[in-house]
Amino acid sequence: MAMPFYVAPEQFMKDKADFARKNIGRGRPLVATVYSTGVLICAENSSRSLHKVSEIYDRIAFAGVGKYNEFDQLRVSGVQHADIKGYQFSREDVDARSLANLYARYMGNVFTHEMKPLEVEILVAEVGAQPGEDQIFHILYDGTVVDEDRFTALGGEAETITARLAKAYKAEWSLGQALKASVQALTGGERELSSRELEVAVLDRGNGRRAFRRILEAEVAELLAGREPVPVEAAT
Amino acid sequence: MTLPMFPPGNDPGPNFNEVLHRLGFGPFPGSGPAGAPGAQTVPGRLPGGGPGMLTVPGGGDGRASAQPFQVTHGTTICAVRYNDGVIMAGDRRATAGSAIAHRTMEKVHAADTHSGVAIAGAAGPAMEMVRIFQLQLEHYEKVEGQALSLEGKANQLSQMVRANLGMAMQGFVVVPLFAGYDLRRAKGRIYTYDPTGGRYEETDYHADGSGGRDARTTIKLGFKDDMSREQGIDLCVQALWQAADEDSATGGPDAVRGIFPTVATITAQGFERVPEPEVAQAFGRVISHLTSAEVNRTPPPVDPDEPDQGRPSKATPAKAPATRKAK
Repeated sequence: MAMPFYVAPEQFMKDKADFARKNIGRGRPLVATVYSTGVLICAENSSRSLHKVSEIYDRIAFAGVGKYNEFDQLRVSGVQHADIKGYQFSREDVDARSLANLYARYMGNVFTHEMKPLEVEILVAEVGAQPGEDQIFHILYDGTVVDEDRFTALGGEAETITARLAKAYKAEWSLGQALKASVQALTGGERELSSRELEVAVLDRGNGRRAFRRILEAEVAELLAGREPVPVEAAT
Repeated sequence: MTLPMFPPGNDPGPNFNEVLHRLGFGPFPGSGPAGAPGAQTVPGRLPGGGPGMLTVPGGGDGRASAQPFQVTHGTTICAVRYNDGVIMAGDRRATAGSAIAHRTMEKVHAADTHSGVAIAGAAGPAMEMVRIFQLQLEHYEKVEGQALSLEGKANQLSQMVRANLGMAMQGFVVVPLFAGYDLRRAKGRIYTYDPTGGRYEETDYHADGSGGRDARTTIKLGFKDDMSREQGIDLCVQALWQAADEDSATGGPDAVRGIFPTVATITAQGFERVPEPEVAQAFGRVISHLTSAEVNRTPPPVDPDEPDQGRPSKATPAKAPATRKAK
């Protein structure tokens, strides 16, 4: 009877982590930051129809980098979970923290028990009722959850990008300022990113029940050019 | 709770009702092969017969006695096409048998941003159907990244009504009315249903519920192409007034409590409730119009020799009605 080769657990886990990290690092990055009236998520994405950023529930958004089919499956599961929870209990009872925990448990489980770990990093963001109550959860391929309350970056060069954002970050900055700084952090000033290559979405307190809104190309260009839209509260 | 994970071969897709059903929560069976229509919720016709009659165990003698089990019902709803889209309206009364169960029930709901659903029939399953329907549309939009077409929405509702057929056979009938603004065709559209899930598109207007016939007749007589918002609201309000006038289960405007029927418009700008003061004004116009018609009537001449004022005698068979009709 042939004996299977012995592989030390340390080596096995390290190989899996290296595999996941390498593939995630190849993907184009994404940043999220809080601003005066909500949370901004900005991704490098040249596709108009395959989204990296999407809506999960009234106040919750999802973003993923890495292998598209894997994070998309996670996104759909999140929507199903949130809708079922809201149906069983109440819309108010659906929160990002419990969803982030479920994602972490699932991804951790896959990392430990399956041959191939998920090649994704995901983000779950929730806009709070008041400034300062926004939450950003960053979940890694092995199920590690990092809880951020100001900004985070996912994907390739995430550490460099986070460091750039940390320098630029100002509390209570406007959407335009936050977007410009996010794009600056993504490029590092070394290359140009046009509005065509960006996927931008916000969770904004002023948007009513469903806080999620995609910011389309034209509006992104306006914001990057320094023209701020009239805030919803001020307009009404 | 765990994260719902369906294998690729068993994916419920963007159908929320199906997700609920797979996980064992849904009151309406799924429409896929796993859930044949009505298969799960039809325990056979309950003894006791009659709409909404369930047999409940009786007193100490050990025999079961049939007691009426009164189901709360919602009544008159209507939808009318006008210039900018569709107007939907519904009264606020819910009844349980001959008793008034609620005075402030909402029967007209936004299904999503550009469509609305109104309900008549057994209130419990109807409200649940509306809730799941709303979730269904939002769920589809989130999973697929774009909203369903108006016809797609109407078909989804049809499947839910059909799934309720078993309950309908036992007296818990739900008849929704669906209307919306079709953004692709830039026009308001109205869909009606029968208890078996049959779906019919109406070109101009429809009304349903116990007072639906009276409301429909009123709208039929007053309907014009190219009505303005105000004309449309007035017509709906008039229809509800006439329905309340003829049908005991339909509530009229309640000036004492300040409760007015729900009226909503659905246009390119989306679903919007008509503010209550505006509905109250529309009722004011209907009431003053009807009152002036009543005041201008010549009262029947009183004949002191006539023994029975109520019934015309054989000698003067058609005199009293004829004079009453004269203006």
